[in-house]
Amino acid sequence: MATVPHPVPAVRERPIDRSAARSWRHVKSQLMAVVLGLCFAAVCIPLVLVLWSVVVRGLEVMSWEFLTTDIAASDRRAEGGVGPAIIGTVQATGLATLLAVPLGVLGAIYLHEYGRSGALARVVRFMATVMSGVPSIVMGLFVYVMWTLTFGLSAFGAGIALGCLMLPVVIRSTEEMLRLVPDQLREGALALGTTKSRTIVTVVLPAALPGIVSGCLLAVARAAGETAPLIFTIGAAKALNVWPFSGANTALPREIYSNASSTFDTAQGRGWGAALTLIVIAFVFTLFARLVSARFALKR
Amino acid sequence: MATAPLDLTGRSQTADRTFRWVAIMAGLVVLVVLGLIAITMSTRAWPAFRDEGWSFFTSNEWAPAEGRFGGLAFIYGTVVSSAIALVLAVPVSIGIALFITQVVPARVRKPFVYVVDLLAVIPSVVFGLWGISIFAPWIKDRYDTVADAVDGVPVLESLFGQGSGRSFFTAGVILAIMITPIISSLAREVIDTTPPGEMEAAYGLGATRWEMIRGAVFPHAKGGLVGAVMLGLGRAMGETIAVALVIGSSAQVTANLFASGDSMPSVIANQWGEADGTFKAALIGLAVTLFVMTIVVNMAASAIVERSMRKSRGA
Repeated sequence: MATVPHPVPAVRERPIDRSAARSWRHVKSQLMAVVLGLCFAAVCIPLVLVLWSVVVRGLEVMSWEFLTTDIAASDRRAEGGVGPAIIGTVQATGLATLLAVPLGVLGAIYLHEYGRSGALARVVRFMATVMSGVPSIVMGLFVYVMWTLTFGLSAFGAGIALGCLMLPVVIRSTEEMLRLVPDQLREGALALGTTKSRTIVTVVLPAALPGIVSGCLLAVARAAGETAPLIFTIGAAKALNVWPFSGANTALPREIYSNASSTFDTAQGRGWGAALTLIVIAFVFTLFARLVSARFALKR
Repeated sequence: MATAPLDLTGRSQTADRTFRWVAIMAGLVVLVVLGLIAITMSTRAWPAFRDEGWSFFTSNEWAPAEGRFGGLAFIYGTVVSSAIALVLAVPVSIGIALFITQVVPARVRKPFVYVVDLLAVIPSVVFGLWGISIFAPWIKDRYDTVADAVDGVPVLESLFGQGSGRSFFTAGVILAIMITPIISSLAREVIDTTPPGEMEAAYGLGATRWEMIRGAVFPHAKGGLVGAVMLGLGRAMGETIAVALVIGSSAQVTANLFASGDSMPSVIANQWGEADGTFKAALIGLAVTLFVMTIVVNMAASAIVERSMRKSRGA
């Protein structure tokens, strides 16, 4: 007891106090990081559950025969496959791609290379955003009114509807990619006396191509899974229809939809099989898109 | 590689001009399609609007056999199921966006982004199939448990009553799963525009990570986040097939979220097959209503996003 404590510690008490408070603040920050992590975990649960059921139940019915034979005439029957639906999906999304990609890429060229920030370009850009928000069922009804009423059910009608849904997506992603092409490339080409259109076709587009391809593949993957527009435009054929421009056809999402609301186990099984097929198609396209954009990425 | 000799003659000038016009035409297709949608759909729906008048939006009586077409129950169902979806999806989506941008180290960000994007690749009809055959039967008992638990509590009692597996709430949950990747990827983009200077300043003042998020990221991203949420809302309102399968298809206006209902897109999809004449016009009328509602939401959303982006660039 020789040394009586100096008053200094009492003065120092503040900093010590503060560190105590600071530690609670740090705990709180850590807690919030955990909460944010839990948000991520929460979204993984449905993802895993859905994929798990699709793979397990889909594999029960999956076979070469399932992928190639015609659709069963009745829900009750055990046999039958989704062959016509796969072909129908390929026809409809293929035609949609043929319609939407050239138009979308040209539209984006107009927006970024010609219109820039002019009044018309701003209107078109804004309307493209609006169009990407049009519900797919509205687009389907629109095509029904414009096309199907006159020309009847066909894969081509479905292709128009899916193409309308893809168009704004293609415009948007292509414009984004054109924006990444350095202006020096354009100036270099123009300085050599090239016309503007040649500059775009031979210099700008090749530079942006991987990104454009990747954006289009993602749009195709989305379009392949759209169901609502098909209800009005493609019909529900049971047999293969190789001619896309006339006659009722069918597609995978259409088959999943009608089988999902069926009460028969056999139909439900076919629904899961079709779902597995559709998801594999969508994932393959998405994977391709990722590979293309990763392999030839433009430096941002 | 040998290049063609310089050609400044009329032909290439013409080609240049032609290309320009083709590009402009392609751009105008967007305007043409939107205009055609508005005109042709309204024309087709006109008989229903004319016959019903305002009661198309205010009446709850949907009896195609008697020629009565009051669409209130469907508008109600669309609004309620989308609202449930937003309540569930918004906090989680923003949480995911913050987790990926602020917590996960930048080097390993990609895989996390891919996982969330994977959810966006799954077609909506597959969510519907899963919802109707696995999720709805499972959640029915949970609904009963909740309903028993809140029995007698004033407001909750009417919100969470006895119900069925296919209900407003089930539709809301499925919609929430579907719009989460959309909202979170937009939110991620918005949050990424926070100026690093402001974030470093917050850390420099001794802020913890969470304090930095609240003090620097949130004020900056607020406008953009509102826009992202509204784009998610637009998507939820227009979603058809997943909702058609799990909402239960019964046209009723009730406060009970566990009860079956119906929404605009799902009634169009479900009843289209048996519709004709005015019935068809009424369904197209619902599509026009839905079109206008989503257009308003989306226009507001993109205006908000654009304004907040411009502000953040200008700052």
